[in-house]
Amino acid sequence: MTHSIIIAGFGGQGILFTGELIAYAAMNEGKNVTWFPSYGPEMRGGTCNCHVTVSDTPIGTPKVEQADTAIIFNLQALDKFESKVKPGGTIILDSSNVKRKVERTDINVIYMNAADEAEKIGERLLAGMVMLGRFQQHTKIVELDSLIGGMNERVSANRAHLKAINEKMIRRGTMIN
Amino acid sequence: MGTKVLLKGNEAIAEAAMRCGCRYFFGYPITPQSEIASYMAKHLPARGGVFLQAESEISAINMVYGAAGSGARTMTGSSSPGISLKMEGISYIAAADIPCVIANIQRGGPGLGGIQPSQQDYYQAVKGGGHGDYHTLVYAPWSVQEMMDLTVLSFDKSDEYRVPAMLMADGTLGQMMEPAEPPPFQDPPNPADKAYATVGTEGGRGKNIINSLYLDPHKLEEVIRERYARYDIIKEKEQLCETMYTDDAEVVVAAYGSAARIVATAISSLREKGVKVGLIRPITLWPFPQKAFDTLTAKVILTVELNMGQMLDDVRLAVGGRIPVEFYGRPGGVVPGAAEIADQIMKLV
Repeated sequence: MTHSIIIAGFGGQGILFTGELIAYAAMNEGKNVTWFPSYGPEMRGGTCNCHVTVSDTPIGTPKVEQADTAIIFNLQALDKFESKVKPGGTIILDSSNVKRKVERTDINVIYMNAADEAEKIGERLLAGMVMLGRFQQHTKIVELDSLIGGMNERVSANRAHLKAINEKMIRRGTMIN
Repeated sequence: MGTKVLLKGNEAIAEAAMRCGCRYFFGYPITPQSEIASYMAKHLPARGGVFLQAESEISAINMVYGAAGSGARTMTGSSSPGISLKMEGISYIAAADIPCVIANIQRGGPGLGGIQPSQQDYYQAVKGGGHGDYHTLVYAPWSVQEMMDLTVLSFDKSDEYRVPAMLMADGTLGQMMEPAEPPPFQDPPNPADKAYATVGTEGGRGKNIINSLYLDPHKLEEVIRERYARYDIIKEKEQLCETMYTDDAEVVVAAYGSAARIVATAISSLREKGVKVGLIRPITLWPFPQKAFDTLTAKVILTVELNMGQMLDDVRLAVGGRIPVEFYGRPGGVVPGAAEIADQIMKLV
């Protein structure tokens, strides 16, 4: 089993951290995993993305050409990565920020108002955690407990106050259809 | 399973270096290498070491020269244009026969080039780079685990042979995260046990002088010949290479570092379709793993690099015309996908 994921949006939306939490949970479950970020000038206010591959066999290139799942946070990311999802794969889309629909008909699409949900809970910029919960519920690639346990370890000390709200966001994501 | 950590490749180099006793890091920031320096800045002082951001790459390598001369385990890191700036210092360090480690997290070039992953610096690393008759040990990791393991090996072998060692990675390996098991903590070798180290005579012996200047050509020839005698031992004993599926392979792909990972993905998919293709992956680029190439029985070798064809020359030398050698590469920071590589392999089947 190999599952490849593209996560994309604006810098500052927690794109890289969302991917890191999937990678960390996968590692703690004894799986092989790679995480590869976009890096350089495109991180400053522009688009930001990371590629994560989880597998029970060794992983070659960390670059994802065709994703099983794409977690998409903004319109630019949808434009860029809609074609990079395998037929039969899934796009999880934050409809609070992306107004257009997915054009392809050979993939599953989960529309969710992640940023709006995150704002209701307390912080719009933490929409990634809501998306992460939805991703977990949809793919079951990693366990919910591994994600939350990992999040509590990976949030840096100067942001420790965000742990509880992150957990609330992740759990909320698992409950959204 | 041991205790794995999830780190970027750059951070893995820094963590492994500290664990094997590197206490002096001198550097200057450059993408995609900067996490080596930032990780060192964050952790090295707390572990009793010195992190110093120099005013330039040239200063940094000369600080390494000084620290190495005093017998300490020391390193610097940079990316392609910054490594070019360090070349004068590396030549001096090689000429002074003292150990150190230099990490090159390659990006596209030449010139300032770009910041995306590349393998453009192969010639520079294995054919000298700086002026003069010298070599550096060159290790080419392909995973975050090897970023750690080969960092430790670089320090050990550099100490053992008094030859500077270079870690040749690239933006992919530096920026990616992957689980890896860190090496055990060890104390650095005692500088006083290094006969050349300038640790103070305490009245007990003559002065140690770290130097690369020999105005008497016969003396200079003598030290060069002594150095090359060590190189011969290195070439005999230190070649490292990994092969996959080469026993029955009709096409063998030669690739190192991140390019080899792309090739490995391509080979996995082609093997499922019954295509007889294998991989030969040099882990030491200098010494080049000649012995592993001697045993290949493929009909054709395809060298794949993220450049216009540099290791290609060494592959051709290694097989000496016995097997035809083809090339496919993408320069400038363009990273091909596995499907693109698979297409190239299929042209040769």
